Amino acid sequence: MRRYAQDVVALTRKDLLLELRARDTLPAMLLFVAAALVVFHFALPGDSSELAAKGLLWVALVFTALLGLVRAFAAEREQGLLDGLVLAPCDRSAIWLAKALAMLAFLVLAEVVALPLYSLFYSGVGWETIAGVALADVGICAVGTLLAAMAAASRARELMLPLLFLPLAVPIVIGGVGASVGPSGGRYLGLLAVYDAIFAIISWASFEYVVTE
Amino acid sequence: MLVSAAVALIFFWVPEDADQGFSQKIFYFHVPIALTAYACFGWGAWKGLVHLWKRTPEADLESYVAIHLGVIFGVLTLITGSIWAKASWGVWWTWSSRQLVLFLVLFLFYSAYFMLRFSVEPGPPRANISAVYALFGVVLIPVSFLAIRLADDFIHPTVFRPSGPNMAGSMFFVFCLSWAALLVLAATLYGIELTSKRLDASVRELREALE
Repeated sequence: MRRYAQDVVALTRKDLLLELRARDTLPAMLLFVAAALVVFHFALPGDSSELAAKGLLWVALVFTALLGLVRAFAAEREQGLLDGLVLAPCDRSAIWLAKALAMLAFLVLAEVVALPLYSLFYSGVGWETIAGVALADVGICAVGTLLAAMAAASRARELMLPLLFLPLAVPIVIGGVGASVGPSGGRYLGLLAVYDAIFAIISWASFEYVVTE
Repeated sequence: MLVSAAVALIFFWVPEDADQGFSQKIFYFHVPIALTAYACFGWGAWKGLVHLWKRTPEADLESYVAIHLGVIFGVLTLITGSIWAKASWGVWWTWSSRQLVLFLVLFLFYSAYFMLRFSVEPGPPRANISAVYALFGVVLIPVSFLAIRLADDFIHPTVFRPSGPNMAGSMFFVFCLSWAALLVLAATLYGIELTSKRLDASVRELREALE
């Protein structure tokens, strides 16, 4: 158990350090989410409601996450590192957990910028939205990291991930939008929590099969 | 034969629905087709699990064929559902029919399954990835169902209640017969496609051995 935690911490540190040095992903995510929020202002008709903007906020967040996830295994693939990681004497699910944690860190940082920006441009965000975003992040990173590993094994790579990810993200968007706009936000937060728990467990259990033969 | 018997009974024997008249008859196709599609997806995921567990290459092919059939039945569900929606609610598509929305999501999900499968080189990694994705699908079905149910007030009729089916005895009998017919049809198609895929594979092996 301790050993497992050490492996996860070491692998997460590797990903964060790599990002700190190369600055590949996070600046792109920040710029993308800001640009998306500006584009949405022009996409919405002038007299449209605050609710429509809340829905678009979720679109922006899901696509920003997708942008980061597409790059999740880029370094490993370009350097042929994934085989080395798989051969390392650690549990394979630790690779998934570490990658998902690093992705979660990027996504949370992107949202720390995006949510204030949203409340500046459109309308304030309540605690339900923040709780919904936090719960959705966990689900997005858990499922997204596993799917990114799948997509990395295919020929189409970057093209494949959105196709795999978006149908699975439908419950996240339903839960997130429901929590942000609905009168009964608590039920939707419950849905997000259930989604996180179920998909985190099956992603954790099945990652080994995705990266090995 | 079971299929033709079901069709005959649907059109000539069952009393017409008091509220919707003739168009209600599509119920005997639409709902059994949807349930058969679920059965195919479930069977595909089960075979995927068997593959991950026992590492049998046949299970991978069986899983693929089951999901292939599931997608065909899923498309039929969307088409019959759309026709029924037009007949009884006057629109081709309505977002408040949660079963149809669920099938649309599943259709997108399983289409991505094919994209993924044909984009990975054949071999054990492809079998593993397909199996894991098929398992995700069968988990996605109840989660999306829950989500869509939460999200919408509905006009989709709820025929099956916990207290039992909400229809006349003869209707229920024909419904069950129709469902059984479609399940038999699906099983037959499954057998045929599996045989042809296996023949294909053995022909390819023979050709490679000859070269």
